[in-house]
Amino acid sequence: MPTTKSLYGRRLTGYAIATGIVLTAALALAFFYAPIEADQGFSQKIFYIHVPLAIVTLGGFVFGGIFGIQYLRSGDTRHDLRSYTAIHQGLIFCIGALITGSIWAKAAWGQWWVWDEPTLVSFLIVFLLYCTYQPLRFSIEDPERQARYAAVFAVVAGVFVPVNFIAVRLASPLIHPRVLGSSGGSLPNDMRLAFYSALLGITLLFITICKYEMASKHSRAQLAALRRSLIGEHDEPAPARSAAPRIAVK
Amino acid sequence: MSAAHPPSTLSAARAVLYKELTLERRAPQTLTAMALFCASAFVIFHFALGRNEIEGAIASGVLWVTLTLAALLGIGRSFVADREEGGLDGFLLAPAPRSALLIAKAMTLFIFLLIVGLLASMLFAVLLLGPTPTVSQWGSLALLIVLADLGIALVGTLIAGIAIQTRARDLITSILALPLLIPLLIAVTKASEPLLSAGGGTLVGRWLALLGLYDLIFGLLAYALFDYLVED
Repeated sequence: MPTTKSLYGRRLTGYAIATGIVLTAALALAFFYAPIEADQGFSQKIFYIHVPLAIVTLGGFVFGGIFGIQYLRSGDTRHDLRSYTAIHQGLIFCIGALITGSIWAKAAWGQWWVWDEPTLVSFLIVFLLYCTYQPLRFSIEDPERQARYAAVFAVVAGVFVPVNFIAVRLASPLIHPRVLGSSGGSLPNDMRLAFYSALLGITLLFITICKYEMASKHSRAQLAALRRSLIGEHDEPAPARSAAPRIAVK
Repeated sequence: MSAAHPPSTLSAARAVLYKELTLERRAPQTLTAMALFCASAFVIFHFALGRNEIEGAIASGVLWVTLTLAALLGIGRSFVADREEGGLDGFLLAPAPRSALLIAKAMTLFIFLLIVGLLASMLFAVLLLGPTPTVSQWGSLALLIVLADLGIALVGTLIAGIAIQTRARDLITSILALPLLIPLLIAVTKASEPLLSAGGGTLVGRWLALLGLYDLIFGLLAYALFDYLVED
């Protein structure tokens, strides 16, 4: 019998509220507190969204790989669910990073797509690779094998990301504004405050959405189990084909 | 069974490699398909580009796109016979280490790719390439083919191991392999470009380093992860 104890999303409300507050504060700081950048003007404001999105995307993919390793070592399906959620949401954030990057490219260089721009091109390649995660999962029926192969993919792709960044960077001249780079000018303090709060806000947003997705998957599985026990059916039905991990209800 | 101890990784790998090469020798399937594909692709490029002779970046791109797509054919065939005829189950029953299968399959693919790379680049030089490379440029190109084929063989075997258990095998092979091979292709096309140019040129060290790094990283990764793919 499912119990309320095993319900997920316990700290979801707290995370959601924190996300709302930090993100609002970060946007307010970005638009009203941080100065207008002398070189690029108002369009530089997208930097406070674009760069955190990109950083959080890569973080999500890295954590997808780490949870993949943990799944391979332990066989614990919770790690599979975490890896799946991190990569799934990472992909969505990646689309956000690509679109905001494209808008920035239009504002800064007058073109929607700039091939000379290694970070943007690397992101496109990483995006193309991670796009295959869902089709791969979907084409494997056995849940245990699906989880195992998905974990292998998550690890390979996680290692691929830095190699890809090195390769693309070597192949193109640098024009990307390297705001946080070692050689580039460091951010003035008021910009830095806005940037770091935006980074924190987007990170919190990512965590909240991931927790929400996992809680939703768990509660749906528990609801189905409750419904089955109400009508006196105790066998689990044959699972529908799905790319998402199966959740066992205890 | 007379031997008391299980075979070592190398001897098991050698046995599987011998089996693969014998199969291909008796009924040539993969190699011929890959070679024919390359020849057709060069003809298509001639018409699609509308040129009799190409050089430099275009030549490098045409050669490596053709070789990569031909490699996809080989990757797609890699485990098919084993899966359909029960060879995979037979291997799992044998007390041989799993990594022997990876080594043998990667070696097979590597050998196929080398043969196709050699044939295709000679054909390419005859059919499409404008400038005639010098002996040392041919040597550099051969080195590039070896390094690139090693990476393609390692990544390809890993992907073939994943794809063989999926429903949409061909689909998964292509969509997984192409993005994963992009860093390798960036390095090898950039490195080949001066070798195929009219003025002539030499190898640039950093592309060789990148190819070596790619081979090393994905070789180690394939070795570490392959066991999880043949665990049934």
